[in-house]
Amino acid sequence: MKPTVKYQTTIRAAIAVLLLAPLAALAYQASAIPTSQLLNPDELVKVLQSSTGEKPLIIQVGSHVLYTQAHISGAEYIGPASSASGVEKLRKRVEALPRNKFIVIYCGCCPWNHCPNIKPASDALRELGFTNVKALYIADNFGTNWVEKGYPAAKGD
Amino acid sequence: MRKIILASVAALAFLVGLYLLNRHRAVSASPEAASAEHPFAPDFSLPDMTGKQLKLSGYRGKVVLLDFWATWCDPCREEVPQFAELQNRLGERGFEVIGVSMDDSPEPVQDFYRKFKINYPVVMGNAKVGELYGGVLGLPIAFVIGRDGRIDSKHIAPIDIVLIEREIKAQLQAQ
Repeated sequence: MKPTVKYQTTIRAAIAVLLLAPLAALAYQASAIPTSQLLNPDELVKVLQSSTGEKPLIIQVGSHVLYTQAHISGAEYIGPASSASGVEKLRKRVEALPRNKFIVIYCGCCPWNHCPNIKPASDALRELGFTNVKALYIADNFGTNWVEKGYPAAKGD
Repeated sequence: MRKIILASVAALAFLVGLYLLNRHRAVSASPEAASAEHPFAPDFSLPDMTGKQLKLSGYRGKVVLLDFWATWCDPCREEVPQFAELQNRLGERGFEVIGVSMDDSPEPVQDFYRKFKINYPVVMGNAKVGELYGGVLGLPIAFVIGRDGRIDSKHIAPIDIVLIEREIKAQLQAQ
């Protein structure tokens, strides 16, 4: 017995959803950020310690509870960019800056591929026209990949 | 020839016995080392989802899985049903999961708690309790705590639920 046209359409739709769902999920994942837009922690440390060159504006786009415990020295807290209010705060913070400003965004809340904040923050800055934005590549979490390495960190608000 | 073989076997058995004895002493002779390796879990009192204060030391005598998590953390959310299932199976044997949310505000935690009908207590954490546990600077992080209140192990993402269950069962049987 041949399936009806309606049945075939339903199957096709289901297959399309199954194929497209991973792509849609990928759009929000940190792994979708091109490698050329990433900065490794040791590279950022070199930039911060260098006596020459432009110092970046460092923005934490993750949890406040985590920021209060430890953050990169000099970093500003904006809030989780996975929420609309977090993205809005980020937009307001940078709107007056020149579009070639060196900006480093970071989160470190979770393993890189699970971070819900870094990709929306990166996308928002690029949509605003910023051309020198780097996302700090934190593979595991901020504790493991920054604090335990002895890199410059501070506590508090 | 036979005497030589017997003497060799006896000597080998003696050496193996000596090795095992020394190994046992090395493991058990240093309670200070064991204490340093398994410190007491820092106590805290934090509000749970019903508004009551939960005090960790109130669970002394139980094996506790202390889970630092947040609603915005994907791997944390994926663990919740697994921990709930462990709570179901092992709860009667003296096991308790305690979730410590590191969300910035309680509203999403209360929503999540109600929506998924979590069967174990969840409290609102903060930076201070994070620092007590050596800094919770990434999620999820879970601690297995023995009945004596000492930390048996720490697990950082990705968390291996099979390994955690094995450790919990060992703690349940050990004491």
